[in-house]
Amino acid sequence: MAIKVYIPGPFRVATNNSSKIEGYGDDVGEVLKDVGRRYPGIKALIFDSKGEVADHVCVFINGRDINTLQNNGTKVTEGDEVSIVPAMSGGAVPFTEEQIRRYSRHIILPQVGGKGQRKLLGAKVLLIGAGGLGSPTALYLAAAGVGTLGIVDFDTVDISNLQRQILHHNHDVGRLKVTSAQESIADVNPDVQVIPHALALTSENALEIIRQYDIVVNGCDNFATRYLVNDACVFLNKPLVDGSIFLFEGQASVFMPGRGCYRCLYPAPPPPGMVPSCQEAGVLGVLPGIVGCVQAIETIKLILGIGEPLAGRLLLFDALSMDFRVMRLRKDPSCPVCGDNPTITELIDYEEFCGAPITVG
Amino acid sequence: MTIENTKVNLELDLRGEVCPYTFVKSKLAIEDMEIGEVLQVILDHMEAVDNVPKSMTNEGQQVLGVDQINETDWAVTILKQKD
Repeated sequence: MAIKVYIPGPFRVATNNSSKIEGYGDDVGEVLKDVGRRYPGIKALIFDSKGEVADHVCVFINGRDINTLQNNGTKVTEGDEVSIVPAMSGGAVPFTEEQIRRYSRHIILPQVGGKGQRKLLGAKVLLIGAGGLGSPTALYLAAAGVGTLGIVDFDTVDISNLQRQILHHNHDVGRLKVTSAQESIADVNPDVQVIPHALALTSENALEIIRQYDIVVNGCDNFATRYLVNDACVFLNKPLVDGSIFLFEGQASVFMPGRGCYRCLYPAPPPPGMVPSCQEAGVLGVLPGIVGCVQAIETIKLILGIGEPLAGRLLLFDALSMDFRVMRLRKDPSCPVCGDNPTITELIDYEEFCGAPITVG
Repeated sequence: MTIENTKVNLELDLRGEVCPYTFVKSKLAIEDMEIGEVLQVILDHMEAVDNVPKSMTNEGQQVLGVDQINETDWAVTILKQKD
């Protein structure tokens, strides 16, 4: 019978990035052998030279160590979950020669060093949107060696995107943006694991997706998603690196858990139709390059714990006057989501709240 | 400066390596050492013989010696003072 098998992060290279796969068999040993047959790369990771489960790997069934049950002979039934859990040092995995060269300009920096580079490689960042803002953010975070990049985008590449969405190329027109993004990132840095989420973020799936990451970078293009991501980050205590663009102007800020949120700044979106979208009004192609790069820098600062994050501040950029201004933000004690007496304690219907359909891209 | 009486905890042979990787590899090595331990790097790239001690000093480490050990090779001895 088919049994769910949980694959840990370090082993997902062998399962095409899947965290859950299926294995067939009547006991744990058979299930593991079957997994090894269908994902040959995993054999060397799980089993020792004698074909036994290696000493540095534990196997659990429904949360119980099989050593306390009947080991490989432990029977499995429909609905059981087998988890493979390797030892992790948490310490210094030596850099490869290629990594030393690739990241040398980071390692030289006193504020980064090998320790900081390891933090980057261990970080998991979720990008909302693989469009104008998500493109430069994704490329720079990938080049910097941020180890895991989740990308949410349900959309496909249109030729009108190429004026600013530098993750995508001519030959990508018509393809899923997350697929195109995954390929571009692999070309930049093979150290980076991309987790594509080719779906629209909704109140039903947002918490489950965002929960898996350390930091969220918002590059969405509509208010419904912006409020949805904000609220989800508040509920999950995730730092949110926000960015938005319109015509020739951009905004960016960082919302740290407990220190205010997007709703403290803007409690409600403008009425539908009052602010035209980029699609209707246009946007200077380079603009998201500036704002997305600001978001990438802020993300890297958060990962490394260096400098002063753009928290409690709103950066305004005007490309025509070439002017950067910084406004002070405050945490609103009466904020309906993160205030002293919140009235919104779970995700709501954001289409209704914003009066517009949700899209990401 | 001489290093004859200094106890070296780790020796790193970086002969054949050039800047900036000579410093990058020295830095990675010293990051994993304890404060008070001594790293000695062997270099044959003249530019690195200048640069590695300079960069290590900038990072707050103490250079105990820069010594030519034969016709082509130099030993840079560094005391770890800072994490």
